[in-house]
Amino acid sequence: MFSILAAKPKSSERNKTGSWRSTKMPRLLKKECINCGLCAYICPEGCIEGKDKNQYSVDLDYCKGCGLCAYICPKNDVKMVENQPQGESKEK
Amino acid sequence: MKKEHFQENCYVSGHTACAGCGQSMAVRIVMNTAGKDTIASNATGCLEVFSSKAPESAFGVPWIHSLFENSAAVASGVETALVHQGKKEGINVIAQAGDGGTADIGLQALSGMLERGHDVLFVCYDNEAYMNTGIQRSGSTPFSASTTTSPSGKHSTGNPRPKKPMVEICAAHHIPYSATSSIANPKDIEIKVKKALKIKGPKYLQIHVPCPLGWRSDPSQSIDVAKKAVETGLYPIVEYEYGKLTKSRKISSPKPVSEYLKLQGRFRHLLKDAKALAEVQQVADKNIEYYGLK
Repeated sequence: MFSILAAKPKSSERNKTGSWRSTKMPRLLKKECINCGLCAYICPEGCIEGKDKNQYSVDLDYCKGCGLCAYICPKNDVKMVENQPQGESKEK
Repeated sequence: MKKEHFQENCYVSGHTACAGCGQSMAVRIVMNTAGKDTIASNATGCLEVFSSKAPESAFGVPWIHSLFENSAAVASGVETALVHQGKKEGINVIAQAGDGGTADIGLQALSGMLERGHDVLFVCYDNEAYMNTGIQRSGSTPFSASTTTSPSGKHSTGNPRPKKPMVEICAAHHIPYSATSSIANPKDIEIKVKKALKIKGPKYLQIHVPCPLGWRSDPSQSIDVAKKAVETGLYPIVEYEYGKLTKSRKISSPKPVSEYLKLQGRFRHLLKDAKALAEVQQVADKNIEYYGLK
């Protein structure tokens, strides 16, 4: 009946939740980026990374396509486009 | 806003929250602000379920879930143990719960924690109903919201009771810090968590987190919905210190409540009913007057 109910920290990373995306996915246009970092800051999945202007990237293995990055971007540099099926990992 | 916001990622990808979940956004900000020297406890609820699908965990800090009602009690125990071992210095203890685990089921344990004066930050993620079990009304559900246990229809305009003023109930314990925040302004969450963690003693922070599933709003509008709640006066952003209201976010020209309501399916019945709509407007007007938001 009893077993150890403990999990390793950060072990959820094995769930590739990107397969949940149904209609849209974000594309970072990398033209007007001012490195405010808001997209990475608010992403509920925490799957946007970047350190410099126009250097941000979305990890589509985890992105659920909610579109909040496109909403928050002050420069409209994130566009929601037609979803592409799984297969690619990091956006180029 | 600087490039490298957080030293370490204490809440990682792969959790099973819905797309556009306001709660997972808030949790990331709270956990990453608190940093790795943190111990978190958790009440049952959406957060517990989507962050710790056994045998996995999205947390990068020690984290414990016991029961629905005792998040605050577990955190009190953790804090007391640390004090006894002389290890409390530099370690943050955070208790987390949803609005059901705070306002209804966990209220007694929370009140006990505040009264005993434990050095714990209690964070309530307020999505205004029991979302995890299927959108049942909680004490924190706002007036006139349609939920599965307060459905709107011919004889009802949704939840008949006003929202429980949890931030004031906590402030009434004369604790050092009791505040509300919202993902409408994500930076505000970071500022308030930092401020709270610097204070010794019991702290309470309530964060408004839209739930696209339960509120029947668009996932891409989660932040917009939260913003409208603040701008209409329906979700006052306030800070209490030692029982006194010290700060409130001013709204210079409040928007009509319909701006907020029309974004959500749970309030759709109000848009056709002028009398019911006027009653919700009254709630906002009262908030603006009571908390001095103007």
